[in-house]
Amino acid sequence: MTQSDAGPEQRPNIEPSEIMTLLPWYAVGTLRRRDRQRVEEALRNDPDLARQADLVREELAETIRVNESLGAPSARVMDRLMAAIDAEALAARKRSSPRAVARWLTSLIAGFSPRTLAVAASIATLAIALQAFLLISMLTKPHSGYQLASVEGESHGRGTFAMVRFARQASAAEITKFLESYQASLVDGPKPGGLYRVRVALTSLAKEELGRIVQRMRQERIVESAEPTE
Amino acid sequence: MQAPADETLIARIARGDRLAMQVLFARHHVRVYRFVLRQLGDEMAAQDIIGDVFLDVWRQADRFEGRSAVSTWLIAIARFKALSLLRKRREEKLDDETAESIEEPSDDPELAAAKRDKGEKLRQCLAALSPEQREVIDLVYYHEKSVEEVAQIVGIPENTVKTRMFYARKKLGELCRMAGIDRGWP
Repeated sequence: MTQSDAGPEQRPNIEPSEIMTLLPWYAVGTLRRRDRQRVEEALRNDPDLARQADLVREELAETIRVNESLGAPSARVMDRLMAAIDAEALAARKRSSPRAVARWLTSLIAGFSPRTLAVAASIATLAIALQAFLLISMLTKPHSGYQLASVEGESHGRGTFAMVRFARQASAAEITKFLESYQASLVDGPKPGGLYRVRVALTSLAKEELGRIVQRMRQERIVESAEPTE
Repeated sequence: MQAPADETLIARIARGDRLAMQVLFARHHVRVYRFVLRQLGDEMAAQDIIGDVFLDVWRQADRFEGRSAVSTWLIAIARFKALSLLRKRREEKLDDETAESIEEPSDDPELAAAKRDKGEKLRQCLAALSPEQREVIDLVYYHEKSVEEVAQIVGIPENTVKTRMFYARKKLGELCRMAGIDRGWP
């Protein structure tokens, strides 16, 4: 809407009195007290203005009647509105959950005194250093616990050994079962050619005895080759 | 128990209180609907708009500064949405079916109102006013808005509100005279 659309109020030759322009608001009761008093005083002294006020009351009544006859919107409007609000709230919760955690952390930290923050930072630094130390220790110390019949670090220890190459299709379970049946353990490998160093006894066996064991191993389905070794 | 003021409801809505939203809606939706319906003449569109108006209230409640009454704020939002829709419709060149559903003011109130009583003739003449004139009359008489509030809603100076209302009434008087009702003014 533009001012030019309103047209009539720009006609220069018609100048209504200010009191007359206030009559509609006087009739409804929405005038400021001072203006209301001015209108009341003018109405007492001006019969033409009083007649105007009657016309205004007539218009007021019919305008209300016109509007009241328009009825009310469907109750579904409220249902749709609440559904839209629920959908918005759900979407907002999804969007804001990571931010809410960040806000919570920020507000938590902001609540600490500088002294508390300094102590907390020192504790955190210590904890990180301790964690690093533990990790390095775990990585550098020899493995302990169950290791599927393979003991690294003992490849050059005492005992009797054989070099074994397993068939390509041999599964881990089959190799484990093989080692258990010979009471053997993998101590090194794989080496070039897919060879594994296998300890067949914790003690030094006679050469003939080792030869027999290796011979038996060669008969196994999962073994491609087996040779005695130092 | 005293019902909470609109401003209290808005503050609660800003905190996400759905019940407050329902109370505010129940309190104002009919008047807002009628205001929009008078602008658009289309019940379905008016219902859509009031849903949008109250959804805006839900979204913007925390920005309500209380410079005007809540009802004034609601009508200002509704008016903006209604005018935007009218503008869009004008741009899209209303199809005939929609155009027929909008009640056009009578071109000849004398003919249309000749056989009716004075009140009905007056209502016919009210309908024959221009949208701007009808709007200011509705805001003042039905929505009981003060000069300042009408100025806020329509976005014009207060003096223009007074003169627009005066000339709307004057036009109404002219239409009534044409319809056979001599009200003695203008």
